[in-house]
Amino acid sequence: MDIVAEVLNGSKLAVSRAITAVENEYDSAVDIMRKLYPHTGKAYIIGITGPPGAGKSTLTDKLAKEYRRRGKTVGIIAVDPTSPFSGGAILGDRIRMTELTMDEGVFIRSMATRGNLGGLSGKTADVVKILDAAGKDIIFIETVGVGQSEIDIVKAADTTLVVLVPGMGDDIQAIKAGILEIGDVFAINKADHDGVDRLNTEIEMMLGLNQSEVQWRPPIKRTIARDGTGIEELVASINGHMDFLNNTGELAKRRALRTQNELLALLDERISRFILAKITAAGQLDALVEAIEQRKKDPYTTVNALVAAYLK
Amino acid sequence: MEKRIRVLVAKPGLDGHDRGAKVVARALRDAGFEVIYTGIRLTPEQIAEAALQEDVNVVALSLLSGAHNTLFPRIVDLLKQKGMTDVLTIGGGVIPDSDIPGLKAAGIAEVFTPGTTTAKIIEYIKANVK
Repeated sequence: MDIVAEVLNGSKLAVSRAITAVENEYDSAVDIMRKLYPHTGKAYIIGITGPPGAGKSTLTDKLAKEYRRRGKTVGIIAVDPTSPFSGGAILGDRIRMTELTMDEGVFIRSMATRGNLGGLSGKTADVVKILDAAGKDIIFIETVGVGQSEIDIVKAADTTLVVLVPGMGDDIQAIKAGILEIGDVFAINKADHDGVDRLNTEIEMMLGLNQSEVQWRPPIKRTIARDGTGIEELVASINGHMDFLNNTGELAKRRALRTQNELLALLDERISRFILAKITAAGQLDALVEAIEQRKKDPYTTVNALVAAYLK
Repeated sequence: MEKRIRVLVAKPGLDGHDRGAKVVARALRDAGFEVIYTGIRLTPEQIAEAALQEDVNVVALSLLSGAHNTLFPRIVDLLKQKGMTDVLTIGGGVIPDSDIPGLKAAGIAEVFTPGTTTAKIIEYIKANVK
């Protein structure tokens, strides 16, 4: 199978195999990504993040259905955490999206973080590009249940939706840094529970304390994902942000920054691997580590020497 | 990069008894596998389609309602139709010993009946996954 040609044709089997190749870093991976790259940049990427149990998957399911109703094709990447002890994972987001499985216009892939700490898998950005090249109009990235500092999503998405639930802390929690700062749109889910007004006020206060020149005031919507309440209004807010980014030229700026981040990260990884391969081939690693541990050498001088030696 | 074994755990048909499936899912995770747990009351079509999109190495079917002779082979056929030819399909639940040869002939690689240890299932997968 010519994977690249089949992906561009929209073959689900090809898309699935391409994702596997990239995630596992098969030899074919770089070639696949290189050939698909010119066909990317069309999809709109929506990040969905929030604490565990907020209802991200259920909300993603409802949002995807609404965008389908409006004639868009949808890709969904659902990320769950890898166990730091066993290396395994339970990927349990798809279970909330069962009906979407049979929708021809939707492709859902579950990914484990495999050690990545920012809320996503290290290969999420590449998988977005595969779904993009395959023709998906909208791509949802659902992060793991996050705390306050896993904010990789903001680098990966055009619009970031933060999903919160009432009753999870007081106003001091609300003003701490982290996910509350990265939301372009907020959704208070399980809005039939107590504490919705209070949470709404806390988020508004936190946004109000933001002194910088802001042109976009993140809307705070209320939803009950379980029964679909508030979904249309939430989509309207997301589309509102999309329009804002397009009309102000902000989208192009964000994407340029994303491209820069990706380029530098790839460069970083490539150079590290290059040098590690050299050290390993020369059988140097253990000796270097021992010398540093015994304080005969220091890591800073060692690194400078390695760079000088291998990156002439 | 270390390849992880991806397993789809699914309950086809109208059976809602999922405790066993959840126990197996957790055990597989503890063995280092990535387990896509798709829940109860799925159609064979939904299971095969999910297996395709997730590009799994193993499809693990749980059924306690007696419909295994109809549903398990149907799932094997759908997987083949979709081009998923390297998938190891295994089954468990309330399945009489006398039904096992028929299921194997239809493409179910192995059947794990009540009382089987999760260790045995993990060993089998590691030994037979392609």
